[in-house]
Order: sequence, then C-alpha cells, then structure tokens
Amino acid sequence: MKTAQVIMATGANAAALAVKSARVDVIPGYPITPQTSIMEAVAGMVESGDLHARFIPVEGEHSVLAAAVAASAAGARVFTATSANGLLYMHEVLHMASGGRLPVVLCNVNRGIFAPWTLWADHQDSFAQRDTGWIQYHCSSNQEVFNTILQAFRVAEQINIPIMVNFDGFSISHCLMPLTIPAQEDIDRFLPPHQPEWRLDPAHPSSFSNVTMAAEYAPFRQMLSDDIMAAVPLVKQAAQEYRDCTGMWDGDTIETYRLEDAEVVALAVNSMAAELKLSVDILRGQGIKAGLLRPRLYIPFPADDIIQALPKNAQVMVLDRNYNFGHPGGILAAELKSILFGRRNDVTVKNRVMGIGGIDLTRRFMAAEIRAMIDEQNGVL
Amino acid sequence: MATSIKKLPDIEQVLSGNGACGGCPATMALRMVGKALGPNAIMLLTPACSVASMGMTPKLGYNWPCINITFASAGSSASGITNAVEIMKEKGRFEGELPTVFSWAGDGGTYDIGFQALSAAAERNENIIHFCYNNEAYSNTGVQRSGATPRGTFTTTTPTGKRQPKKNMALLMLEHNIPYVATATVAYPADLYDKVVKAKSIKGMKYIEILAPCYLGWQFDMADTVQLSRMAVRSGAWLLWEADNGRITFNNPTAQFISGKKNPEAVDEYLMKQGRFSRLLQGPDAKERIAEIQGDVDREIAFMRERAKIFI
Amino acid sequence: MRSVTKAYRPISWPTLGAGGDTGSWRMHRPVVNHELCTKCQFCWVYCPEAVIDRKAITIDYRYCKGCGVCAVECPTGAITMEKEE
Repeated sequence: MKTAQVIMATGANAAALAVKSARVDVIPGYPITPQTSIMEAVAGMVESGDLHARFIPVEGEHSVLAAAVAASAAGARVFTATSANGLLYMHEVLHMASGGRLPVVLCNVNRGIFAPWTLWADHQDSFAQRDTGWIQYHCSSNQEVFNTILQAFRVAEQINIPIMVNFDGFSISHCLMPLTIPAQEDIDRFLPPHQPEWRLDPAHPSSFSNVTMAAEYAPFRQMLSDDIMAAVPLVKQAAQEYRDCTGMWDGDTIETYRLEDAEVVALAVNSMAAELKLSVDILRGQGIKAGLLRPRLYIPFPADDIIQALPKNAQVMVLDRNYNFGHPGGILAAELKSILFGRRNDVTVKNRVMGIGGIDLTRRFMAAEIRAMIDEQNGVL
Repeated sequence: MATSIKKLPDIEQVLSGNGACGGCPATMALRMVGKALGPNAIMLLTPACSVASMGMTPKLGYNWPCINITFASAGSSASGITNAVEIMKEKGRFEGELPTVFSWAGDGGTYDIGFQALSAAAERNENIIHFCYNNEAYSNTGVQRSGATPRGTFTTTTPTGKRQPKKNMALLMLEHNIPYVATATVAYPADLYDKVVKAKSIKGMKYIEILAPCYLGWQFDMADTVQLSRMAVRSGAWLLWEADNGRITFNNPTAQFISGKKNPEAVDEYLMKQGRFSRLLQGPDAKERIAEIQGDVDREIAFMRERAKIFI
Repeated sequence: MRSVTKAYRPISWPTLGAGGDTGSWRMHRPVVNHELCTKCQFCWVYCPEAVIDRKAITIDYRYCKGCGVCAVECPTGAITMEKEE
C-alpha cells in the first residue's frame, strides 16, 4: 500500500474525486440541487485536464442517462449523478440501462420529491426506483461515498448491471469531513481498465436491443433477476479486496454496531445510520442493550446477512426516511418483514417514518423515538 | 452535378430480406446512406418503422453496429457514443479510423418527442449526423399525426384532416448555427448520396431530412413510392436545399422554382394521388381546402426564397 | 445461459433474411425483358430491398417483396409485374 493523501472534502467532492480515481471516460451531466456540486467539480477537473474524460452538458436528466447508456454501449466507463426529480425523469432510461446490461455508475444524492417542492434529504427518490433492475448502495459518510463508487464500478463491470450509489443531500453532499484518497497505484490495482466483452464496434457489427419475441424476452428478464441476486458475493469480494488494496472498510452488504448482544436493533440507511451509532450509545447509557444494523446494500436486499446478523429475539426498530404508500410505515420495514417471514419468527419489527423533507435527525431525537417504540412494544403507553 | 447513378458504390449496408414493407422509402433511403457512409459507422435508432424493419433479436437486417435507444434520446445518445469513441481513441482503447456516428429517426423522433435532445445536441455542435426519414406521420404505430404532418392530411388522430400546417424542421435545425443541413428525398438518390458524403466529411452537427412517402400512411399504390417523392418535389410540397455553414443553396428542380425560372406544378394532382388527402377533398369545401394547402406550399417557397438571402 | 461472467444481452447479428424469406410476401413478380433493358440501373438504385444485380439486372426472388417500384421507374418498360401463381 502506497501513502494515501488525507484532505477535507464534502461528499460531493468525494464523489468527484472517486470519478477521477476510477479514470472514468464519459460523464454526461445536468444540474439539480443538491447533486450539482458533483457535476461542477467533475466539469472543472475535465476542463483543467486533471481528469482525462469527456463531460457532456446535456439538456435534461432523461438525456443524461440516455447519453450515459449509449456511451457505455460504445465501451466507455461512464459515471453520472442526479437527485430527486432528476432521478424520476431518468426512470425510463434506468430500465434500459439494466435491461441492456450496461454498467453505468450513478450517484443519487437523496432529496425529497415534488410535490410540493423540497430541497432536502429523504429517501423517496431512490426507493421509488426499487424495481428498475439497478443495484443500490446507500452510504453513510463522505469516505464511504468515495470508496463505494470505486467498488461499484468494480461490481458493475463484473456483472454488467448498473449501480446507483445513494447518499443524503446536504448532510453528506455539502458537509466537510476528512477524506483519505488512496494512492492511484493502489486504486488501479483494485479497479482495472474497463474491457467490456461486447461493444458497438464497426469491426464487428452487431445490434443492441432489437424487438424481441416473448420466448427470447423472458429469459433476458429472468437472467437480470438472477444476476442481481448473484451480486451479493461480488459486493462482498469487492469490499474485501478494496480493504486489501487501500486498508479501508465500510462493511460489505451490511454494517453493524454493538449488535452481538443487542436486544433492541435500530435499522436504517444513509447518514441517519451514522448518527444512530450515537443514539445506540445513548440507549446503552440508559441501560438498554441497543445495537445498529445498517444495510449498505439495498438492492439486492442482503437477506441472508441480515438474518444471520440479527441476535436471537431481537426487537428491530426500523427508521424509514420514506413512505410505503398504501401500507402503514416505510419501505425498508416492509422489505425487512418480507425476508424475516418464516425464517426468523423470534424477531419483532417496529417501524417509524421520520426525517421527511430533511427534518434533522439528531442522536437524541432518534434515541427518544426508539425508547418510545420499545415502550409501545411493551405496552407502556 | 450530382454523382451518376452508375458511379454509386456497390456496397450494401441494408441487407436483403429485412422486415420493412415492400416499397419502403426509409429502407430505400438508408441504402443510399449506406453507400455514402460505408461500414465504418455506428447507427442509432429511436422507435420507428426502421426498428421494426431491422429484424428481431437475434437477427439484424443492417450491416452496422446499431443501438436501439429510448424515443426521446436520439440527440443525447448519439452524443454519448461520439464522445465515447473519441475519448477511447485518445486513450488508445479504440483502434482504427473514428467511425461516423449517426442517428436514424422518424419524424416523431425528430419533430416531436426527440426535439429537445436534438436541439441540445445541435447547440453543443456534437460530431454526429442526424437523419430524419420523414413520412409525415407516426406510421409505425398505424399512422397518427405528428408535427411533420401537413395541413389537410387524414390520419387516425386527425379523422377530418389536420388543421395546422407542418413545421419547417430543417430550417429550425439551421437556426442552431450548425455546419450542415440538407433536405433530400428518395426520388433523387444521387442528390441524397452526395449530401451524405458531404456531411460525413464535416466535423460537428449535421442534419439531413429525407422525405419518405409511405404508401401505407399516404394511401397510394406501393409501386408509386418514387413517383410520389418526385411529385412532392415538382409541386414544391417538398423543397430540396442544403446549407453549408448557414448559406442556403437550392438543388434542382427546387432551385428553378426559387429563381422563378419555372413554376412548380399545382398541388392538386399530388394531393389527389394520395388517399390521405383525396378522401377529404371530395366534399363541398374541397376548393377551399385545396387552396389552403396550396397556400401553405406557396408561402413556404416564398419564405425560403427570402430566408436564403440572409447570410451573415 | 448463465450470465454472471458473460452478460446475456439482447444482441442481434447481421444476416440476410432478417425478416425471413420475404419473397413469400410477393403478390406480383417483376420480370425483366433483357431485350428492352438498357442497363441504366434505375431499378437497382430504387430497389428498397437491394435484390437487383446492377450488372446483370437479375432479381433475387428469395427476398424480392414484389413492390413494383422497379417496374414503374424503368424508363424503357423492360420490367413487367406478373401475378404470382
């Protein structure tokens, strides 16, 4: 391992620096708060020559991803980023990227969605793209954003499935934190150049995505479903090899904190999960055996790892920053219940929705919420 | 002088036995495009008849690398490809001559849903050729009106005839200050060939629009495809012109109408040969409606004559 | 068809007859009278299907869809459309 560099960087800058470290070829971009800072930083690096790549300033997010998938089909390593309504505007092309097996990496800087307008973080935008066939990571720190983008390229290009790297607007994207940038040599060792086994190539003409009859179409969809499930070991391998090359670790499919002997388990994603570690400490100080389980990987949902990690008779308190409309509570809780059913009947699940539209989630607030959920569970009102 | 037909290259990029209708003008035009571009090109298609005619997975009726893309995205996706191959070439990951990147879209994918991305690609002066094969309706979905449908046309969504004139898309593209814009049609294959050869040699955004009379949508005998294309030009309903760096020149026979050497034929015969007009032009108000269409044609000729005088 | 190591993408490859043996669509067959033919190549240039040999002016009936454009465009009337049996 070579000497790493430590700087102060915002989450947005961390993402841009990861793009540079990954030696990305093409970056189509379009501004949207709070993602804009990533594109500004990338455009600057391309203009200055720090990053040998093409920045394509297109006219909307639909075009962002349309340019991205086409560049990927031509054989380039492609990155882009968006937020909220930008991600929703991409929805059609998200499906094309996954169905076409194009390993684009996209950062979604989580933001609540219109209407009414909000600029601040919640997770409705990325969770609403659950069924688009993308792998989704959710990150809890600036360093993890940097590390995950590199791991995402590695996994995406191995399995030919696009990957969305999510992190919270403002609380990550605009907050300065120390950032360790590994030596380029170590990163190159971890992430070799992109060499797709197929691309648009005049020397070997072939066409991509002609009309397909059901007999051929159905196997493509089955394959996509199977391969997304098969990403779990690749995600773990990427995390381990990244640690071998750089010495850094954010967990693989999940991250846990004081979980082994926990009776009450807080479960959440993104930056609120980082804050939750402090809530766990508060609860422990109050004599409650609390722990944290943070799914770092949302799709594929790491069922086996979660089931294995949950202590016996755990009371799981799911803190959702999104709504599962038509059901009480949030989407993460529904996902958790679906994997527990029939496998872990000892575990109970409670759920609260919080932090919508950027409401601040402090350690004390979340500790108090979890206490209230425990009381509710125990019939103490 | 246009290239002689006998001197057109042998190469065929459109393969026999593809899925197009008999007499398809889009396929006819694409054959000429293939002769001009040769094999070193990457083709991009948005949903259109050509996507249906290119063959179904795993068979392909064209001899290029092709990508089917979302409907609204011809301009942006072509930009993605051209930037990708250029940067890969710079980084030593693309061998050989850089290919021509071209999008092949219908009037829907150009005038309507594809307009925003195309306009932006033109404003960025991306190094691509956008072809619009214009059959003046959504023929692939069974003939519905588009922004390219002329006034008076029957389509399944204009059952009493379209009330608005078409827009001048080629001129709109010219107003983006791009290096090359041209119009063409299948009756003049050498003219089309020459324009594509020229476009291929120019760096930056090129736009070529090809009038493609569709027998299904226009309701005429498929053997008359080329005849209808010729009549469209001779009546002035379709104007042949090109613009190099903004300077418009007209091609024959359009040039003769513009200069006043010759008058275009009246549109009546052109209209009455097509069921999409004739079925609506037999009522009591036929005279007024034909006059309205003739008015649109006359206005366009007069306007383009004046517009061509502006070059700064 | 496992695809973890090699992506299973919707790819198609150039082939003659991507739409099948399209000659079977034909209602009428173009027949060339070589005595009238001047080899101007108009039929070849306008054929949407690329089924006419520009030198010999012969037609590949396996794929010819019988649209009749060649017959209409032939300046000497050397091509006639004959009803298929």
